[in-house]
Amino acid sequence: MAEAALPRNVSAIDTPAIYEPSLFGTYSKKIGMWLFLLSDSLTFGGLLYAYSYGRISISNWPTPFHSSSIVNATIMTGFLLTSSLTMVLAVNAAARGNGRNRLLFLLATMACGVGFIVLHAKEWSNLIAEGLRLPIFPAVPHQETASEFVNVSKTVPQFAATFFGLTGMHMLHVTLGVVYLGVIALRRKFIPILFALWLVAWLATPAYSPFHYGAHVLLIAALVCSLILWLKPKVYDAADVEVAGLYWHFVDLVWMFIFPLVYIMSTKIV
Amino acid sequence: MEDASQLAIEARVAEEQRHHSVTPFFWVWGTLLVLTAIEVYLGYQNMEPKRMLSILMCLSIVKAALIIGYFMHMKYEVSRMKYLTMCSLVFCLAMMMVFFPDAFRILYLGVR
Repeated sequence: MAEAALPRNVSAIDTPAIYEPSLFGTYSKKIGMWLFLLSDSLTFGGLLYAYSYGRISISNWPTPFHSSSIVNATIMTGFLLTSSLTMVLAVNAAARGNGRNRLLFLLATMACGVGFIVLHAKEWSNLIAEGLRLPIFPAVPHQETASEFVNVSKTVPQFAATFFGLTGMHMLHVTLGVVYLGVIALRRKFIPILFALWLVAWLATPAYSPFHYGAHVLLIAALVCSLILWLKPKVYDAADVEVAGLYWHFVDLVWMFIFPLVYIMSTKIV
Repeated sequence: MEDASQLAIEARVAEEQRHHSVTPFFWVWGTLLVLTAIEVYLGYQNMEPKRMLSILMCLSIVKAALIIGYFMHMKYEVSRMKYLTMCSLVFCLAMMMVFFPDAFRILYLGVR
């Protein structure tokens, strides 16, 4: 039976031939990334549906976001949208073989991503300091026990759970996206930068902050990236930039649903 | 060592992208910013939640379509790629909506 599967002219295997066209008209790496993004969409879809389920089923769903939070989230959205523009310009520069522009636009994309993370971390820290927290978060010293957010955490714990779950998952994706772009743009030179970022994030945050422990994501990323670059060193070409761009745009895409659902729909305008 | 056919496809895709003008990307970016501004404006209106949710979701779907179509280059892919990926995604996400009637049951009848 196995012999029957062989072509009649076995010598034809080694001869150059016209390759079969790709089923989806593009290269495998890109199709692989699309498949990953489709599965990741379902992860975020599940989290967004969980948030919406709580929003519908709980009549006293809190609306804790004041004007300052909305302004902050709007600037974060601006950062992500601008990073998508610089990313698409990096992909275009890579396709044209313009190495300098490719590097500049990739660094600009990373800068916007870092801006988004910093603002998001600031937002989280403010909310935690005011009492919105998960039971697993370390206790904040000298915290007001009667603040509005403490009551929210007690009366509707689903809000804090879905809010931190959803936005935390997104923040993790943005962080890993910045690492991914850093490796594509700077390759081995990015590893010491990543270790330095880990040290700064770890040592500069107080012990009760979730970011004090969350910073170790950067350490894990640095170790994994070191291993990958050591095992398979290569020059990343235009296709690699395009595939990284797909991931980055996806992160932007998800935020386009989180921003209105989580922030705009939970606005308290005084 | 990469497959020669893969390298050939990558070169063709890069060649196609060299001919794409960057002007539409700036238009898309501007449109996305304007749509975001509209969303924020709506947040400051004391609108009925269901109506506001409908408008916000419509705007988000338009924004998602622009990002997927232009930034993620789906507009330039072959039809097979477009329809297979997008239809399967929409179908799977729509299937998750099966849980929403239960949320309304809790809201109107309470937990029993």
